[in-house]
Amino acid sequence: MRRVHDFHGGIHPAENKHQSLQQPIRSAGIPPQLILPLSQHIGAPARAVVAVGERVLKGQLIAEPGGHVSVPLHAPTSGVVSAIEDRPIPHPSGFPAPCIVIDSDQEDRWAPVQGVANYLDCEATELLELIRAAGIAGMGGAGFPTAVKLAGKPGRAVKTLIINGTECEPYITADDSLMRERATDIVEGIAILQHILQPEDILLGLEDNKPEAIAALRAATTGRAIEVVTFPTKYPSGGEKQLIEILTGQQVPSGGLPGDIGIVCQNVGTAVAVRDAICHGRPLLSRITTVTGDAVEAPQNFEVLLGTPMQYLLELAGLHPERCERLVMGGPMMGFTVTTAQAPVVKTTNCILAPTAAELPPPPPAQPCIRCGLCAEACPASLLPQQLFWFAQGKEFEKLEQHNLFDCIECGACSWVCPSHIPLVQYYRASKADILEQRREHTKSEQARQRFEARQARLAQEEEEREAKRAARKAAAEKRAELAAQGGAEDPIQAAIERAKAKKAAQQDGQPVAASVSPEAALRQKLAKAEQRLAQSLASGEDAKIVSALQASVERLKGKLAEAESAETASGAT
Amino acid sequence: MALMRVSSPHAHGSYSTGMVMRQVLLATVPGVFVLTLFFGFGTLVNVAWACLVGIALESLALFLRGRSLTFYLKDCSALVTCVLLGIALPPYAPWWLIAVGVAAAVLMAKQLYGGLGYNPFNPAMVGYVVLLISFPVQMTAWAPPRGLADVPNLWEALQACFLPAQFDGVTMATPLDILRQNQGLLMEDLWAQTPQFGRWAGIGWEWVNLAFLAGGLWLLYRRIFTWHAPVAMLGSLALMSALFYAGGSSSSGGSPLFHLLSGATMFGAFFIITDPVSSAVSVRGRLVFGALIGVLVYLIRVWGNYPDAVAFAVLIANFAAPFIDHYTQPRVYGHGKSGGTG
Repeated sequence: MRRVHDFHGGIHPAENKHQSLQQPIRSAGIPPQLILPLSQHIGAPARAVVAVGERVLKGQLIAEPGGHVSVPLHAPTSGVVSAIEDRPIPHPSGFPAPCIVIDSDQEDRWAPVQGVANYLDCEATELLELIRAAGIAGMGGAGFPTAVKLAGKPGRAVKTLIINGTECEPYITADDSLMRERATDIVEGIAILQHILQPEDILLGLEDNKPEAIAALRAATTGRAIEVVTFPTKYPSGGEKQLIEILTGQQVPSGGLPGDIGIVCQNVGTAVAVRDAICHGRPLLSRITTVTGDAVEAPQNFEVLLGTPMQYLLELAGLHPERCERLVMGGPMMGFTVTTAQAPVVKTTNCILAPTAAELPPPPPAQPCIRCGLCAEACPASLLPQQLFWFAQGKEFEKLEQHNLFDCIECGACSWVCPSHIPLVQYYRASKADILEQRREHTKSEQARQRFEARQARLAQEEEEREAKRAARKAAAEKRAELAAQGGAEDPIQAAIERAKAKKAAQQDGQPVAASVSPEAALRQKLAKAEQRLAQSLASGEDAKIVSALQASVERLKGKLAEAESAETASGAT
Repeated sequence: MALMRVSSPHAHGSYSTGMVMRQVLLATVPGVFVLTLFFGFGTLVNVAWACLVGIALESLALFLRGRSLTFYLKDCSALVTCVLLGIALPPYAPWWLIAVGVAAAVLMAKQLYGGLGYNPFNPAMVGYVVLLISFPVQMTAWAPPRGLADVPNLWEALQACFLPAQFDGVTMATPLDILRQNQGLLMEDLWAQTPQFGRWAGIGWEWVNLAFLAGGLWLLYRRIFTWHAPVAMLGSLALMSALFYAGGSSSSGGSPLFHLLSGATMFGAFFIITDPVSSAVSVRGRLVFGALIGVLVYLIRVWGNYPDAVAFAVLIANFAAPFIDHYTQPRVYGHGKSGGTG
């Protein structure tokens, strides 16, 4: 048995998991309309590659990745693209976002798909490309593109692969039911991840409140190099950082990634999605979602097509709309409220919670903080939430950063224990946003300052250069004067002036200077040269611009010559 | 279906500030009971009158500040302050003394700073110290414990409070006074010659301290506060008295057991320094905070000029709390020992 470690803090909220575990996973079927947000993951939104009115087959690519950290999107069933427009999506902001809407034809016809015959023959890069093409993003709730996470930083070996089956949030049982029912698929997915990452250890961690899942996984992993590790139930042991500490005793450096200490974490659902993509060529089209809460008649887990409206699922579970006061995507600790049940299930929807007011009562008004320290005891990051709250109220950003606000994982344990019912996490989120905004502003003004300084420097340099030239001229003049004074060599400029004067005097005397040619003759010579050049360029087929420029100069010379000749005749006539 | 928009978390634990305060109030019961047993009804009258005045002043302050009376009175923090002050004051104190103390505690130390949660000093101790400095005679007049003199009945206790001129009370030096004024007697002889001493400390006092210890342990069990500050204070006080015990000679400061069970030691350790608002916040901070108070209590008791030292020690430590906080921030996840064990 592996020694498991404890992490600081944590809480034991009522689990409320049994309600949704009364029946096996049920297929939710094909709703009449699917709404597929282009952004269901962390990173750049996908770009639609279908047009309104187009027929699509199940598994067909409908949107391509919008960048490196992005994933494509596929049609979860066959049908017709009826709209590409902004629709309500499950997002904390509550803002609508671009979605591809598919009217299903209920035929569920597949586009041709094919898995690889034997993934062991494939290179890791090849498998990563397949995972990326299958549109897989972390199924645990964060939705980070899986291929990007698996690729990691080049040249950094993975020591430990951790598969997260913790599911520490109350109410949610999607991973639990998946582990109970599809343990072999999970293990197959893990084997593919093992082939890609070549880790030294593979640990599958889950809390000890899931005995059925533990038994199923133990059976499925016999003879494999996968260690199923169980540990005492405590929220938030499923947080990536906490799970790493539980299983390895190591801490991810602040601001770093698990990869920095040779660890990669993947959710059990992600492992199954990887297995479907590699072995069967099936892109990510559906997921397991828990529908629970006292406002539904029959809480349970559904296998649901992405894009299925929540309303459709809630009705399948027997929703009592009059009892439902809020609708939460995710669990009661970290989930966020959605404003309309028309919002669809997305790749990260592990749970739809429809609690009654009695079940999760609205928070009472906050009382003053008495610094009792329960929050500091509960904080899994060992922060001092009461101090952070104090600084957040005063908008003391420097103090907040000094007290490591950005190490807060927003798990909600502090708010949960707070006897004064202060919405602490909300304060921290707002402060983080303010600080990030301030940093952006700072970067901007910093850039502007640098630009300004660069310009000033350039102007100064130009001025300096001019000054240098002036100084050089002055020095030359002085030198000449000096030379003249010494009476040594003759001043060349003075000599040139003298020569010009002499020439002019000679002209005035009516004696043409022997060396000089008449202006018309010079013009004629020039004209002849220009015409020759033009003929050359025409012959060699030079660029049209050059040809036209040459033509223009020929014309100009002709004009000048005519002018000069007429002037000549005029002067001759007088 | 009108859906509410709220921020996570959606679930909450069952703690509330009012609940915490009520448990603290409940935990004072054994101590108050034993005080009444040994010193008569004086403490009960103190507490009752202090609460009455305290609620009135708190309401007035809330009204003047335009705050909701019911919402803020519900947190019971004013009651806690008044009960603690009532316990700390000598029994059979006149009504005006108590009223002045409560006013200093509730109005000055708490509401003027912004109410519950914003007071840098422990309100009950501010009230106590204001009285101790302003009215030293009344504040040092402790009644003798049952067994050394007659204990006044309830009627006399009320008379002492509200018609102080007509009350003729007996007072006697407390064991802490006797020890401080000891000139040249060995501990053993002092013990034998002074009727106020009991088995481990002063008669009555030892049981009062044990009762407050019991209440404090119950609060610990209920997880109202952590063990760090009380244990640190009691530990450092015991250590100081062990260091300066001097084998029970005439220059001895008293045994560790004597100090642990005398005066306001247990009351202070579990009911005063555990006030979260004015103490240090982190675990290490609370250890330092408690230890500092223990040392200060001993210094003031043995070489200071006042009968008991808890109030002064607590206020001095309150001053130091932000400083302690600054240097005792806990190591945050992922900082320092990266890759090490957590």
